[in-house]
Amino acid sequence: MAVSIIAITSKYAPGDKSNLIAILQDAQKKVGYITPEAVDKISGHLNISRSQIYGVASFYSQFKFNPPGRNSIKICLGTACHVQGGDFLLNALNSEIGISPNETTEDEKFDLDRVACLGCCALAPVIMVNDAIFSNMSVVKMKDLLDLYE
Amino acid sequence: MNDFQTFREKAVKEYKKLQHPTKPVIYIGMGSCGLASGAGEVWQKTREILDRDKIKADMLKVGCIGPCYLEPFLDIQIPGSPRMSFNNVTVEKLEKLLPSFLLNGKSKIKPIGYLGGNGEAHEGIKSLWELPMLRGQERIVLRNCGIIDPENIGHYIARGGFEGLLKALKKGPQGVIGEVKTAGLRGRGGAGFPTWKKWQLCHDAPGNRKFLICNADEGDPGAFMNRSLMEGDPLSLLEGMIIAAFAIRASTAYIYIRAEYPLAIERLKIAISQMQKHGLLGKNILGSDYSLDMRIKEGAGAFVCGEETALIASIEGERGMPRSRPPYPASSGLWGHPTNINNVETLATVSTVLREGGKWFAGYGSEKSKGTKTFALVGKVRRTGLIEVPMGTTLREIIFDIGGGTRKEFKAVQTGGPSGGCLSKEFLDLPVDYESLSGAGSIMGSGGLIIMDDDTCMVDVAQYFLRFTSVESCGKCTPCRIGTKRMVEILEKITSGDAEPGDIQALKDLAVTVKEGSLCGLGQTAPNPVLTTLKYFPEEYEKHVVDNRCPAAVCRELVEYNVIKDKCTGCQRCVDVCPTEAITGPRSEPHYLDAEKCIKCRACYEICRFDAIAGDAITIE
Repeated sequence: MAVSIIAITSKYAPGDKSNLIAILQDAQKKVGYITPEAVDKISGHLNISRSQIYGVASFYSQFKFNPPGRNSIKICLGTACHVQGGDFLLNALNSEIGISPNETTEDEKFDLDRVACLGCCALAPVIMVNDAIFSNMSVVKMKDLLDLYE
Repeated sequence: MNDFQTFREKAVKEYKKLQHPTKPVIYIGMGSCGLASGAGEVWQKTREILDRDKIKADMLKVGCIGPCYLEPFLDIQIPGSPRMSFNNVTVEKLEKLLPSFLLNGKSKIKPIGYLGGNGEAHEGIKSLWELPMLRGQERIVLRNCGIIDPENIGHYIARGGFEGLLKALKKGPQGVIGEVKTAGLRGRGGAGFPTWKKWQLCHDAPGNRKFLICNADEGDPGAFMNRSLMEGDPLSLLEGMIIAAFAIRASTAYIYIRAEYPLAIERLKIAISQMQKHGLLGKNILGSDYSLDMRIKEGAGAFVCGEETALIASIEGERGMPRSRPPYPASSGLWGHPTNINNVETLATVSTVLREGGKWFAGYGSEKSKGTKTFALVGKVRRTGLIEVPMGTTLREIIFDIGGGTRKEFKAVQTGGPSGGCLSKEFLDLPVDYESLSGAGSIMGSGGLIIMDDDTCMVDVAQYFLRFTSVESCGKCTPCRIGTKRMVEILEKITSGDAEPGDIQALKDLAVTVKEGSLCGLGQTAPNPVLTTLKYFPEEYEKHVVDNRCPAAVCRELVEYNVIKDKCTGCQRCVDVCPTEAITGPRSEPHYLDAEKCIKCRACYEICRFDAIAGDAITIE
């Protein structure tokens, strides 16, 4: 893992902290979350403290600090999705797979995130599983959908 | 320069050929909405059918034309006929449609309209622009969306692309600013500041290094205008950016775009590399002495980064926290250099303003709000999607003529996202422009229009927005950090039936404090949803506080689920879906719902509504 982080940091100029967010994004893409090891490496490369890095990373909702599950569910809670029942989906997810946003199931099958808007408001409510967006969801449809994942 | 002319001639020729094809061309709408509705499967199935039946046809990916409720959208043009559009295409439909239509020009599935041609009915099929949703629209910014292949720069050029840039380079920076002034263009991000003034300030600011930033963070939940535009016509934005950067003499331009828009980012990257290849970006653009470097910065998810100083901090690699102004970014912005920030729609409009002229643009819209505006028409409206209308169009025209009205009784329209407000039916005849909307207590915002009906609880909506802003508050100033939190707490008391009589007054007082005391736009506008709902829907708050009831049956704590005995047929479908085994009963006899076990997930309510026989057997009281 350390090697892959070095491969990422070496693409960016040492000491240029304007690249911090981009490096964090690359690191998360590669490993799935922000590991303490990655923070160490980035700290050395950009010459800023680890606390500064955590300060920036924890400010933005994109960054995760826990290992993700095999499948990532993003539940859209934008206004249109809210009006069309997005909250009911979130509650159903809690009772169905037993996790709340920012958590991963014990069997590591799913992790769950809430997002402010996926921009498919006309097809609300929507959820995203891995890279696919599913539209006009209902509690019942969502349950059937999640059964398809391993 | 001459290279560009040659390239343009070639592009025009090729585009003409595409419009008068010698073999069928199939266009599939592959924007995010299309893909979410299954356009990916439609694309694959089309390929399969063509291969299987050995039919020769070209396939093209296009962006979104707007009516999302008709997705997936597929157009077919067979030689000698206009481009026919088919709606809600499924894999099953394709089997009936493709072979027969491609081979015989006929099929059992009828097109919903056609594109191109002279606008008159073609063999009984009307022009697509005659659809009720499209008829009232005026497409200036969206003119290419859904029509051209967004990954093909030739298409964009053939439809007048970069003519605006050519004119701008001839006019010089001050001439460009003058043209935008004549157009009367105001910022489409929400506040409506005159674009030319912003440019002039940055143009006049001393400094050798200047920056242009395009704010593509589109953080408002319920808004996707910019996403659709960048996915469907990325080059119109990029052309507008070069013109703006040229006007202020910026050497570097950034697009700050949210990471949730992967497709838009990909299309922008493709567009940028094509522009570089043809001398439209980089050193000496189109042979002039002007050079521009274009970069994409992905946001990492923070609503406050829509505020310009926070956005700048984020590009600098910091926490996206606003700072107090002045100094304004026009004099001291990114890394302390003069910086101009515009919204996606503003910049995309600029390319058209320069191409067609400011006077032409000012011919659209109302006296103080010129031109057109795109809106995301969503929520409880029949025809959802992306629309573009002249400023000054009334809310009634948008919601009822274009959107087809609501299924249940119309209750409210929310404009301007978390910074905006909810307007009741008394405001339906309000013309949509900057002044009218702010006069009514809301704002224009970036263009989200969320329609609400009797199934929507206004207190819940206010709570939703306040929760959003309290979570997204960066925490720098106290009124916003603590104030929004306390407001959420009061609203939670109201929606769970624990409110006390003084709570509404406390909510009002807090709202005023947060509005007046906050540092940036996020906090200053955060109370708007509460203030407008309190003003226009006071009876809903009273019902919650006094009667402990939610008339729209949304607030979970105030709702009980019941089986209506005379309507229940005992079909057992609800028994199957209930996750907590709260519903029991033998087949063909009315079921029983145990309120103790019920977690109010609504699965039974949904499945029962879909059952034609049982009707509304399970209701909420």
